[in-house]
Amino acid sequence: MTISTIKARRWLQTLTLALAAGISGALFAGDHDGDRILPPVDNAKWRAECGSCHLLYHPALLPERSWSKIMSGLERHFGENAKLDAATQQEIAEFLATHAADRSANRRAQKIALSTQAGQVPLRITETAYFIRKHGEIRDDVWQRKAIGGKANCTACHADAEKGNFDERAIRVPR
Amino acid sequence: MHKSMTALALAACLSQAAPAVAVPTQEILRGYESEARKESASFMPSVTRGESLFRTERSTARGDKLACATCHTNDPRQSGITRAHKTIEPLAPVANPLRFTDPAKVEKWFGRNCADVFTRSCTAAEKADLITWLLTIK
Repeated sequence: MTISTIKARRWLQTLTLALAAGISGALFAGDHDGDRILPPVDNAKWRAECGSCHLLYHPALLPERSWSKIMSGLERHFGENAKLDAATQQEIAEFLATHAADRSANRRAQKIALSTQAGQVPLRITETAYFIRKHGEIRDDVWQRKAIGGKANCTACHADAEKGNFDERAIRVPR
Repeated sequence: MHKSMTALALAACLSQAAPAVAVPTQEILRGYESEARKESASFMPSVTRGESLFRTERSTARGDKLACATCHTNDPRQSGITRAHKTIEPLAPVANPLRFTDPAKVEKWFGRNCADVFTRSCTAAEKADLITWLLTIK
């Protein structure tokens, strides 16, 4: 074997390895970042109205029937009056319905949708079986920490929750 | 040609989000004052009544006290915080010049918050009192 053939073989091996790594990397990224992160969604009224009191809960965190019930009872919204004018209410309700868990092709969204039995209409994300299953190991005293302050404060541990990112690798639980 | 250009220019203007035109706070205040005078012709807004409304506490069914100050803090120059952890920009115009400059927003929040804190609507007189007090804060 000449030196040049050996060099050529080594070069081919390296190329094959690099290609294999590239392809599996792409597959890995597709699985994790394409499907674990909820799809990017936006609506100016949703951002302004919902976001003035609480963080922006991604529409794919609840099924359509839940959003429908929430949006039809804004005068008594978790103990507070969050009444909107009819046009704004309608626009936000349609936005939430369009991107709801049971209308999304996203894997995580589908799991959330499947975790709520037909006929059940959870009004809180924390009531879905999916949420309960995923947070089973969190002790009560952790939820009570000052930097967390309860189950509604997703961004305390999931910094990019408002962008639909609940990737386990990005979780930081404050002390 | 000219017509279509005009149409294009018009379309471009309309497609841009119209910036909310700020209304001077004094104008919003005068609106509430004149509404209050329809009820009582001698109405004059009161700084004292305004502050007292802000600090009026109600006991809730859960057994805690609720007042405007619960979320807005005792000092309207400070930022407040909602029960759901969101920052509320200061109420006092001296600390937040955009406050009380959008009539629809003012009505929306009086509507919601009076219902929550006082379990009723606020009167035009009360709204005038509150804004008058907040404008005296330097």
